[in-house]
Amino acid sequence: MQHLSHLLGIEDLTREQIAFILDQAKPFQEFQRYPLKKLATLRGKTVAVAFFEASTRTRISFTTAAARLGADTMALQAEASSLKKGESLIDTVRTLEAMRPDGIVIRHSSSGAPEFVAKRLEIPVLNAGDGAHEHPTQALLDALTIRDRKGKIEDWHVTILGDVLHSRVARSNIHLLSKFGAKITLCGPAMWVPRELEDLAPNVRRTTRTEEALEGADVVLVLRVQTERIHEPALAAEEYILGYQLTAKRLRLARPNALVLHPGPMIRGLEIDSAVADGPQSGVLEQVTNGLAVRMALLYHLIGRAPADAPHPAKDRSNASD
Amino acid sequence: MLLIKNGRVIDPASETDAPLDVLLDGDCISRTGANLSAQGAEIVDAKGMIVAPGFIDLHCHLREPGQELSETIETGTRSAARGGFTAVCCMPNTQPVNDSASVTRGIVERAAAAASVRVWPVGAASVGSKGEALAEIAAMKDAGIVAVSDDGKPIATARLMRQVMDYCNSLGLPVIDHCEDSSLFAGGVMREGPQSIRLGLKGIPAQSESICAGRDVEVAALTGARLHIAHMSTRASLDCVRWAKKQGLHVTCEVTPHHFTLTDEDVRYDTRYKMNPPLASREDRDALIAGLADGSLDAIATDHAPHHPASKDVEFDRAPFGIIGFETALSLGLAELVNSGRISLMRLVQLFTTGPARVLGLDRKIAPGEPADLTIFSTDFE
Repeated sequence: MQHLSHLLGIEDLTREQIAFILDQAKPFQEFQRYPLKKLATLRGKTVAVAFFEASTRTRISFTTAAARLGADTMALQAEASSLKKGESLIDTVRTLEAMRPDGIVIRHSSSGAPEFVAKRLEIPVLNAGDGAHEHPTQALLDALTIRDRKGKIEDWHVTILGDVLHSRVARSNIHLLSKFGAKITLCGPAMWVPRELEDLAPNVRRTTRTEEALEGADVVLVLRVQTERIHEPALAAEEYILGYQLTAKRLRLARPNALVLHPGPMIRGLEIDSAVADGPQSGVLEQVTNGLAVRMALLYHLIGRAPADAPHPAKDRSNASD
Repeated sequence: MLLIKNGRVIDPASETDAPLDVLLDGDCISRTGANLSAQGAEIVDAKGMIVAPGFIDLHCHLREPGQELSETIETGTRSAARGGFTAVCCMPNTQPVNDSASVTRGIVERAAAAASVRVWPVGAASVGSKGEALAEIAAMKDAGIVAVSDDGKPIATARLMRQVMDYCNSLGLPVIDHCEDSSLFAGGVMREGPQSIRLGLKGIPAQSESICAGRDVEVAALTGARLHIAHMSTRASLDCVRWAKKQGLHVTCEVTPHHFTLTDEDVRYDTRYKMNPPLASREDRDALIAGLADGSLDAIATDHAPHHPASKDVEFDRAPFGIIGFETALSLGLAELVNSGRISLMRLVQLFTTGPARVLGLDRKIAPGEPADLTIFSTDFE
């Protein structure tokens, strides 16, 4: 398989490339249970982690993934950076690049910002979420969770519930799961599920009725209501809860062992009821752990640039850090 | 004296398309005819070239005064000349806004000193283009404006539009409007549609333009004034103009080369695809080309809108709207409209000459006594 130079989105990846990344992530999943969680695979490498938009879990996950591979990280957070002083994105990332990192992870509120950076820098760029465009590592960790819980990724009925219009998580998941034959139902308040979403991928339909959307679902992906990206007047919380909160009662309309996913941060009592979030069908915490495995696999692939048939670092004992 | 020999004269006003020579004397056209000769005249061999009346661009931004980092009257008009334009109408959204006779005079004086082509300023309709009080339109007319517009923004309300139209009607000036419903526009950066959804970029519905166009043609009906709709991008807006024309109203409109060439499907994370109005759907683009062919559209205008490269080299949603257009307008017209068989060469010349002239209440023709404004071009290009 051809080496990826960047990870900018799921849309342009082939099914084979996605499967390869997920296969590479598998040993890293087991690795998270080791008592000593440190490899020397990327020792001497540096990963720039540039977050131009607030984030907790994705930033910590990437930083930890790099650390567990033995890499050092240099962190940039918008609040503390010279962006506040009016520096442009291109000048900021060129400054980071001049400190010679081996790759850069970018989270940005503007759709397309990682691609903009990738066209101008020599090092691999990993998209950690850009505007309402894509969040590829989230879709990959979701796919890993689905594969673990349900035995395979292919051909499930997947329901995505919430503010699909403003969601990069939804877009990346739609691209990924449809490549694996999923039948996808988008559901949310009408203004957040525009008709054009059906053109994103094959086998995407939409509805505004939660009960209809959940019927027969194998996987339910609950989205966060993204107040920071909503230009329209916001919907009253009570109104959202009434129509779209995933409750235990509503979840019973799905297949008996349907898997519930949420990208976090989760607002209990708004988009999801605690009984569901903490219930046996919830995969929320596995998603977080799988995020580490997927990001380790990507950093290993993009920065380590190991040949596809090289022994996997998490299996190769000689690679352990001492 | 200058004798232009062996050219193919295309003159829409007289519907001439013939091999003719043109003799210029000073600032005026002296004679036209076959095999002219004039003693002592300098000869320009226009063999294989089209000789047309001077092209007029109804819509451009020369950025002076105030934004000279992006463009100046000197650099902008040099580019216009290279693109074949002999007169350009510069929009009033400068800094300060061209809303007073003193700013207009400054532009006219600067143009007299440094411009390569005629500069015809457009004055603001309202003070500061803020959509409140009427600008000093009569004083600006005395200083040299040829039309009024709050371009960059729509004329804010129907009530203000009514006042502007009534007043401009009495002064004999056309009102140019940038049609946009600000509440629907709402921070959008490209046309709303499958591509804006795919790219995760905030969309601007086509109706943002046509709602305003509908308002404007109704106010034109109310006032009987001359209305010109700038940079038309949708079928529905064009239908508003068709309706108005059928009623016998004095309503005209223009389209830019990028709107008849590209569609929203072409948009990438590349700020050269960011302009306002945004690139439209394929259906709308095709409707615009049909409008060029059937006469509903009156002119091609560039909306040449230069920005300093650093200000465009940013994230898509943070970039300013606008691209340059003087030097590509004619070749896009030839390639996309004439060579593809959608319109005739005569019609293309009309859209650059008599069409825009009529919007401004002017004539444009190759005839003795007319200004020696000519555009000579080849239809062969790479």
